Amino acid sequence: MSDHQYSEDHEWINIDGDVGTIGISNFAQEQLGDVVFVDLPQVGAEVSKGDEIAVVESVKAASEIYAPVSGEVVAVNDVLNDAPETVNADAENTGWFFKIKLADEGELDGLMDAEAYAAFAKG
Amino acid sequence: MTEGVGFGILMSLADSQFWYPEADLLTHSEEPQADKLHQTPLDALHRELGARMVPFAGYDMPVQYPSGIIVEHKHTRAQAGLFDVSHMGQVKLHGADRIAQLESLVPGDIEGLASGGMRYSLFTNDKGGVLDDLMITRCDDHLFLVVNAGCKEADIAHLKKHLGDEVVEVLEDRALVALQGPAAVAVLSRLAPAAADLAFMSAAEMDINGIKCFVSRSGYTGEDGYEISVPSDQAETLARTLLAMEEVEPVGLGARDSLRLEAGLCLYGHDLDPETTPIEAALTWTIGKRRRQPGAFPGADIILDQIENKPARRRVGLVPEGRALAREGVEIVDADGTVVGTVTSGGFGPSFGGSIVMGYVQLASAAVDTELGLVVRGKTIPAKVVKMPFVAKSFAK
Repeated sequence: MSDHQYSEDHEWINIDGDVGTIGISNFAQEQLGDVVFVDLPQVGAEVSKGDEIAVVESVKAASEIYAPVSGEVVAVNDVLNDAPETVNADAENTGWFFKIKLADEGELDGLMDAEAYAAFAKG
Repeated sequence: MTEGVGFGILMSLADSQFWYPEADLLTHSEEPQADKLHQTPLDALHRELGARMVPFAGYDMPVQYPSGIIVEHKHTRAQAGLFDVSHMGQVKLHGADRIAQLESLVPGDIEGLASGGMRYSLFTNDKGGVLDDLMITRCDDHLFLVVNAGCKEADIAHLKKHLGDEVVEVLEDRALVALQGPAAVAVLSRLAPAAADLAFMSAAEMDINGIKCFVSRSGYTGEDGYEISVPSDQAETLARTLLAMEEVEPVGLGARDSLRLEAGLCLYGHDLDPETTPIEAALTWTIGKRRRQPGAFPGADIILDQIENKPARRRVGLVPEGRALAREGVEIVDADGTVVGTVTSGGFGPSFGGSIVMGYVQLASAAVDTELGLVVRGKTIPAKVVKMPFVAKSFAK
């Protein structure tokens, strides 16, 4: 998944055509620890970049997930309802959260590639 | 008093916080503020074991080790976990009148303890509220107290004010570790055979591999186990000896919290505070029968009245439907949507296998099986009042 792009909110997005698949970074899941609940958005919801559209809860913390881009939620990862630990096991692949049909590809500008994100996460 | 980080206030991933005050989730270690924190005698060992350290009650404490909170929690219930609780205050009370003097501040029957006997009790205020909860052990020539880290300065001042400076000895040179879980007895008796015969809620001096310790059969997990007071300069040797046993793994504050929550035990500053009475907290059993006399301890009149006439609200356990967690501060509503209480502790119970909640509700809503709701992020999640503990306790008989 080398073509992931990353936000400063520790989310990743992977673009396929005009749909972006979104999840949290491996670094973020390590920091959160054991994930026990993910509150996913409704399919069909129209969201704007920066909206709080999901929540991920670990044993010790609750964190908001922001929409990294504007558009329509076209799919959510139902696997996480019964197996939220998938986020810990495979954050940047099968542990994806939701897919958004992009309203404005220009919003992808400013995201980081894997190398830049690794440097960012290290602080 | 320890203020919890409100889980009702959500943060971005970048700003997420542990439930532990002031601990930034995505803050890197080696921050300059770490210098100002106290360190326990096991600090170097925690770092060697790969612990994630967080500030807690002025101490740099391990919230978890690399295996993570859920694994640590389950290991404690299956085998044995070793906890560093050296941040807690250890105090000796001296003086001929020490029992009567301490009884003037707590509602527990201390006179009724045999030598070596231990009791859970509370410092109360004039309103019947709880200033701190503590463990009291009656020794032959003194009383031994263990108090919460976040309250210890205030507790010591309280004791000195009412009992006199000269009878209050704060043990600054001792660490405290807890060995908890069904294998704890086998592990400790290997090193100190007398540990096997120690009754639940009693304590004795014990030689562990040549180290002179004060050992009690007690804990904060709902499991059998021990709390071991050890000279600071020998704490690491003791901890390494225990960790070398096959059954023992290190366990951090994160699992300590989930273990005590499943066991239905109160966390001071969250489930207990100066505005909450022992009767509201469902701790009526801590008010000794002999002590139920007007003026016998601070707030006695209010507390005795609540025993007689019932309090307006009561601490209960709740189990929500589904997996959503309800953290401290979440509102509890009745079937009509009227607010009837507030969550004081809530989270994921790894052994319970789901979301569990402790909170205070009006008495009319406190009966077991009452159907209530928890308002989480604007949605009302159905929840039912249940008997605590959430997971059966397995203390030594």
